[in-house]
Amino acid sequence: MSTASPDTALAFRPSPGRRAQAWIANRFAMIAAILVLLYLFVPVGYTFAFSFNNYRKSNITWNSEGSPTLKHWKDPCGAPGVCEALGNSLKIGLIATVIATILGTLIAFALVRYRFRGRGSGNVLVFIPMATPEIVLGASLLTLFVQGFSRVGLRLGFWTIVIAHIMFCISFVVVTVKARLQSLDPRLEEAAQDLYAGPRATFRYITLPLVLPGIVGAALLSFSLSFDDFIITNFVSGNETTFPKFVYVSYLRGIPAQANVIGFSMFFVAVLLVIAGQLIGNARKKT
Amino acid sequence: MSALAHAGGGGGHPAATGPDQAKRGSWLPYLLLLPGLLWLAIFFVAPLVQLFTVSLQSKLKGYPGYYYRDLNFRNYWSALTEFAPHFGRSLLFAGLATFFAFCLAYPLAYAMAFKAGKWRGVMMICIIAPFFTSFMLRTIAWRQILADEGAVASTLNFLHVLPGGRITETWMAVVAGLTYNFLPFMVLPIYASLERADPRVIEAGGDLYANGFTTFRTVTLPMSMPGVIAGTLLTFIPAAGDYVNAELLGSDRSTKMVGNVIESQFFKVPGGFPIAAALSFTLMALILAMVFVYIRRFGTEELL
Repeated sequence: MSTASPDTALAFRPSPGRRAQAWIANRFAMIAAILVLLYLFVPVGYTFAFSFNNYRKSNITWNSEGSPTLKHWKDPCGAPGVCEALGNSLKIGLIATVIATILGTLIAFALVRYRFRGRGSGNVLVFIPMATPEIVLGASLLTLFVQGFSRVGLRLGFWTIVIAHIMFCISFVVVTVKARLQSLDPRLEEAAQDLYAGPRATFRYITLPLVLPGIVGAALLSFSLSFDDFIITNFVSGNETTFPKFVYVSYLRGIPAQANVIGFSMFFVAVLLVIAGQLIGNARKKT
Repeated sequence: MSALAHAGGGGGHPAATGPDQAKRGSWLPYLLLLPGLLWLAIFFVAPLVQLFTVSLQSKLKGYPGYYYRDLNFRNYWSALTEFAPHFGRSLLFAGLATFFAFCLAYPLAYAMAFKAGKWRGVMMICIIAPFFTSFMLRTIAWRQILADEGAVASTLNFLHVLPGGRITETWMAVVAGLTYNFLPFMVLPIYASLERADPRVIEAGGDLYANGFTTFRTVTLPMSMPGVIAGTLLTFIPAAGDYVNAELLGSDRSTKMVGNVIESQFFKVPGGFPIAAALSFTLMALILAMVFVYIRRFGTEELL
């Protein structure tokens, strides 16, 4: 969004010494940034490499005999339980994302678009779950489910995970959609109303399309938070397993390389989706 | 996460926008709020109340795993005296991880905002993408990478700069793991606030003969303060409550954090519920108090 490029900035600088300094400063930030990015990718690379390991008992040491092998990629469900765990995580992620996105978007609209009594406390109630450590959220839900809701017949399992994930995703949806709503130019909607669009038409043709990227972003954020959550899930899941829980539990026995295959594939799919999203976004901007 | 930074970057219009702002006293906002806030009331507020009552329960003698309602404040006393070192460690490790994450995140965010040009989108993808390889897998990967026979530990040992001779099973691995895991939460808010800053203001610092460091300290850093505050909170809070890094990268005794104690009191110690609840409640109260003091101190209402 910032438009002035550093090159034009250099033209204003008088002394050549300052120029050299700026040249180094330019490169320094970029080099440091690239190093940090590489650091972020180190364990991803490790996970990828060990998905080709022809491991014997546990996938910790590289077995040079018969590695690299594609057998884990050909049979990603080969290890017992890994695909069941993945399926659970995907199902939980989808259900939690849909519900949290709807509930959170409604809250965001109310908080940004209206002035009403209790708005401040609403803001605080949405903020506090994000400022609470996950372990406290998990522990408190566990005590409620075990001591409070067991009488109603709610057992720890799939649905308690879904309930918990919706709870912690709502706040992140609200924050994301709220930021998008606040950055909208109110004149666009005023213009629509000046052109005799009713409130419903204004919402349908102006507000919603403008907010939609925020809502989509919030949904993606929710899904990734839910899919990757371990701490809260571990507290409320009972015997149900999810992908992170599967990895954690099987760590002691040795994680099968199939988990690496699935982990890396999720990464790959996500990158493709993000790139596709950016390309679509760019194409839209041009037209 | 892209959305957080993306949406955060566009701000600028005051709140109370849009044609609906005139509608005071309408019942519509309450209707919009109702389902979501009801969910938070039942599954966030009610559990906390339950947690608090559990933290005051007493064990039923002779029936392990059963408790009766009580006002047993001694739970807090014994929790805090017995597990004070774990509390201290949690705050210390989380503080260190936040500091290191800041040191790594700032150059990255700065380069993205001012130097990256058309590569900005690619860099954004690179920051978010590792998230999608399960954090559990990445933490375990770090364990293998930092292991005693691994390249990092043997290089450092060869240079004789590693006290104790190993990285895993020590606090260093735990702090490194925490730093790594929550780094993106530091980068994105700082980037969002730097992106909003006008680069010409920073250039003006140079034009007024401030050197690079002075410009950074007096112009750039203050402009990015909202992002730095949000980033430190988003890193510190989850790091203080984390137990996975300490479990997978640390040792049994000297690196256990308060999260490990809460987890084991809930799942492994029979009759541990009240103590675990007391610890959780204290952790939450401590962190919320710190957050509010911090926000007050730096005056960022933007977070709320």
